[in-house]
Amino acid sequence: MSKRIGVYVCHCGTNIASTVDVKAVAEYAATLPGVVLARDYKYMCSDPGQALIQQDIKEHKLDRVIVAACSPLLHEHTFRNATKQGGINEFFFQMVNIREHDAWVHTDRAKATEKAKDLIRAAVYRVPYHKPLEKKSVSIKPDVLVVGGGIAGIHAALTLANAGKKVYLVEREPTIGGHMAKFDKTFPTLDCAACILTPKMTTVKTHPNITLWTYTDVVKVDGFVGNYKVTVRRNPRYVIEDLCVGCSECVAACVFKEPKFPDKFNLGLGKRKPIYLPFPQATPLVAVIDPETCIQLKTGKCKKTCVEACGDRQAIDFTQKPEIKEIEVGTIILATGFKIFDAKRIPYYGYGAYDGVYTALEIERLVNASGPTGGELVLRNGQKPRSVAIIHCVGSRDENTNKYCSRVCCMYSLKLAHLIKERTGAEVYNFYIDMRTPGKGFEEFYSKVSGEGVNMIRGKVADVFLENPTDKNGRLIVQAEDTLLNIIRKVPVDMVVLAVGLEAHADANEVRRLFNISCSTEGWFLERHPKLAPVNTFTDGIFLAGCCQGPKDIPDTVAQAGAAAAEALALIDNGSVELEPNTAFVVEEECSGCKTCIPMCPYNAISRNEEKKVAVINEALCKGCGTCVAACPSGAIKQNLFEDDEIFEEINGVLAHV
Amino acid sequence: MSESTTTAFEPRIVAFFCNWCTYTAADLAGVSRMKYAPNIRVIRLMCSGRLDPQFVMAAFAKGADGVLIGGCHPGDCHYVEGNYKTLRRVTLLKRMLTELGIEPQRFRLEWISASEGDKVQRVVNEMVEQIRALGPLDLPGKHRNWDKEMEELETHVNHSQKEIPAHAH
Repeated sequence: MSKRIGVYVCHCGTNIASTVDVKAVAEYAATLPGVVLARDYKYMCSDPGQALIQQDIKEHKLDRVIVAACSPLLHEHTFRNATKQGGINEFFFQMVNIREHDAWVHTDRAKATEKAKDLIRAAVYRVPYHKPLEKKSVSIKPDVLVVGGGIAGIHAALTLANAGKKVYLVEREPTIGGHMAKFDKTFPTLDCAACILTPKMTTVKTHPNITLWTYTDVVKVDGFVGNYKVTVRRNPRYVIEDLCVGCSECVAACVFKEPKFPDKFNLGLGKRKPIYLPFPQATPLVAVIDPETCIQLKTGKCKKTCVEACGDRQAIDFTQKPEIKEIEVGTIILATGFKIFDAKRIPYYGYGAYDGVYTALEIERLVNASGPTGGELVLRNGQKPRSVAIIHCVGSRDENTNKYCSRVCCMYSLKLAHLIKERTGAEVYNFYIDMRTPGKGFEEFYSKVSGEGVNMIRGKVADVFLENPTDKNGRLIVQAEDTLLNIIRKVPVDMVVLAVGLEAHADANEVRRLFNISCSTEGWFLERHPKLAPVNTFTDGIFLAGCCQGPKDIPDTVAQAGAAAAEALALIDNGSVELEPNTAFVVEEECSGCKTCIPMCPYNAISRNEEKKVAVINEALCKGCGTCVAACPSGAIKQNLFEDDEIFEEINGVLAHV
Repeated sequence: MSESTTTAFEPRIVAFFCNWCTYTAADLAGVSRMKYAPNIRVIRLMCSGRLDPQFVMAAFAKGADGVLIGGCHPGDCHYVEGNYKTLRRVTLLKRMLTELGIEPQRFRLEWISASEGDKVQRVVNEMVEQIRALGPLDLPGKHRNWDKEMEELETHVNHSQKEIPAHAH
C-alpha cells in the first residue's frame, strides 16, 4: 500500500491561516506515512496553486493528492481537475475541509490546528485505498419543464423556447400571469403591469415551442439530471380548451343572472358565476367551470343555458375527467412563486374584523381598471376614502411572524401611496420602520412620492381600532409611536392598507419533496450556493427562478428566470453531463444471494440474477447513496469513493493520536 | 485567538454527516461563522443510509468518546428514504451499545437540514458538554484491561487444568 502522497494546506488568504497554524499542519503532515511532500500555500485554488499540484505530480511522482482547504462542495471539482491535469486519475484526490468545518467555526488556535491535523491524517490514511475511476456520462434530454406560470416561469419558458428548446409550462391556476397579473402599476417606473405582462403571456400561448398546461398539477417526478420523467394531472375545467374561443357568451347565459360567488382572482372583492374567465386577458382565454358552485355539476339538474349559448362550438363538456400525462424532460425550472402573508395573524390590525382594513394586494385590484370596481378606489360602503394609512412590514421584520424583510413592501407601499393620492386625492400616511429603497431608481421614487405630499411617519403601528366601537364600518384610528418626534400619534383614517409581506406557499414542503430539493426554515427553496449558484439546487438539473427562492421584485425575478434558463441551456447544449462515479457494485464471489439489499434500494436498481444466485446492481439506476452497502451482511457490495476500507481508514486516521 | 493551556479531558467525537443535509448545514455554520466546540471530526458520507453500524463500533473501539450521526429530516432524504434505514439501524445499535456499557449520550442521531447551521452548533456543543460530564470512554484502554484479565483468567484456567487428571475429560 505504499503510496507517494502530496499534501497541500491552503491559507485561503487569512481565512484559514488566522485560526489554523498552516505551517505547523504542513510540517506535521510531512511526517505521516506515505507523504512525500507537504506544502502550505496562500491560495490553493489559484492558478499557481493548481500548477503547484500538477508540477509536483510530475517531479515527485506523486500518485495521491490531498488538499486541505475549503468545503469539497466548493472546490473538490477544481482540485480533481488539477490532479487530472497533473497526469493521474482525478479520484486519487481527497479534499479536507479545514475552513467551513474548522477555521471558521473555532476560535482556539491550538485546538483548531489540532483538528486540522486530525482531519488531514484521516485523508492520508484513506487515499492509499483510492481506486482509479471514470466519471460516467449521461445524455441530457433537450425538453424542459417549467413549473409555475408567473412572470418568472413565463420569462424562463420564453427564453428557452426562443433558443429553440421545447418547453412544457405547467401552472396550477386556470391562467398564467401569477401575482403580476393582479398588479395595477409597477414600481418605480409606474408602467402598467398588464401592458408589459400580457404580451408575454400571449407569446407563451402562441409560441410553437411551448406546450402550455394550465389548471395542471405535477404529481410525480422520477429520474435524474438529463432524464426526468414527470407525471402531471390536468384538472378538468369542463370546457374543452381547443374548442373554446373565449367569447364569454356562456358566462352571460349562465342560469345565475348575477355573479354570486367570491371571485378568487379579485381576492373575493368581486363576484363571479360558476362559469367564468379569470380576467379579461387570461391565458389561455378559456372559460372554467367551478364544480363547487355549478348546478349541473352538483346536481345534474340545470337548464344548461351555457351549453345552449356555446352552440355549435360544443366546448362545454360536463363529463371531463382529470387527465394524467407523462413527459420526459432533461431539466426543470421551478418558478412556483409565493403567497402573501395572512393579515389575520396580526389581530390588532383588524383585518377581517373592520371593513376599512385591506391588504395591499386588495388595493392593487381596487385601483386596477379590470378590477371589481373598474379601477375606482372605494371603500366597502361605496364611499371614496378621504384619508388612508399604509402600514409597512405587516408579517415582515417581526419576531412573532417572519424575521426577514420581504424586500418589496416599502416600494409597493410608496407606489400605492402615489396611486391612492392620484386617484382619490386622499391624505395618505405611510407608517414605516425603516424606508428600504435599494434598487435602480428606487430612492428617487421615494423622493418623488415624498414630494407629492404623502406623510411619512417613522413608527411601527401598535394598534388599529374603531373611532366609534359600535360602527365596524366606520373610521379607524391608527396608533403608533412616531420615533422621530418621540410622540404617540393617533391618526384617524377611512382606510387602512396593510403592506403584507411575502411567504412561501403553504405546500412548499410537499412541492420540494416532489422535486427532491431543500427548503430554508422559512420555506423558501434553497439554492445551491447563496452567491455563486443562486439558481441551482442541490439536485442537478433542477433550477429556481423568482420568489419561490425568496422575496424579490419583478426586475430581480426576471433576471433570475433568465439565469435559470441559461443554466438549463448550458446543460442541454452540452448534450451530456458527467455524474459522480459513486455507484455501488456487487462482488459476485462474496454475494450469498440473500436478497437483503433488494428492498433497501429506493430506485429498484438491485435485482437478483437467478442463474448465478447473486445480486446485480443496475449502474444506470443507482444514485450512490450506499444504503445497500451498509445493509449487506457479507460485505459483498461496495460503493465507489466510499468503500468500507476507505471509511474505516478515515476513522482510524481521525482518531490516531500521536 | 486564545491558546488552550489546560490539559483537561477533551472529548473526541467522530461524526458521520450526509452530504446533502447535515454536511451542508455544517458548511453553512462555517459560512455564518457560528462558533462551536472543536471536538468534532466529520466524515462525509453521501447518505446517512451508508452508515454501517461497524463504523460506529470502529470509532468507539479506536478511542472516540462519542459518535454523532447527521442526516436529512424524515421525508427529506436526498435518496428518498435512506435516513429511515439509518433510524432502524441506529435504534438497534443504541440498544446494543447500552448493553456494552456505552452511555446513550455518547451516540446520537440528529436530523439536520441544509439550512440548520445553528442546529449543528447547538447539537455539537450539547454533545461535547454531556460527554465532558461523563468523562472519557477509553474503549481501547478498557480493551487492554479486558485482554489482561482474559490472559490472567486463561493462565489460571490452564494452571488448574493441569491439576485435573486426564481421565476426567
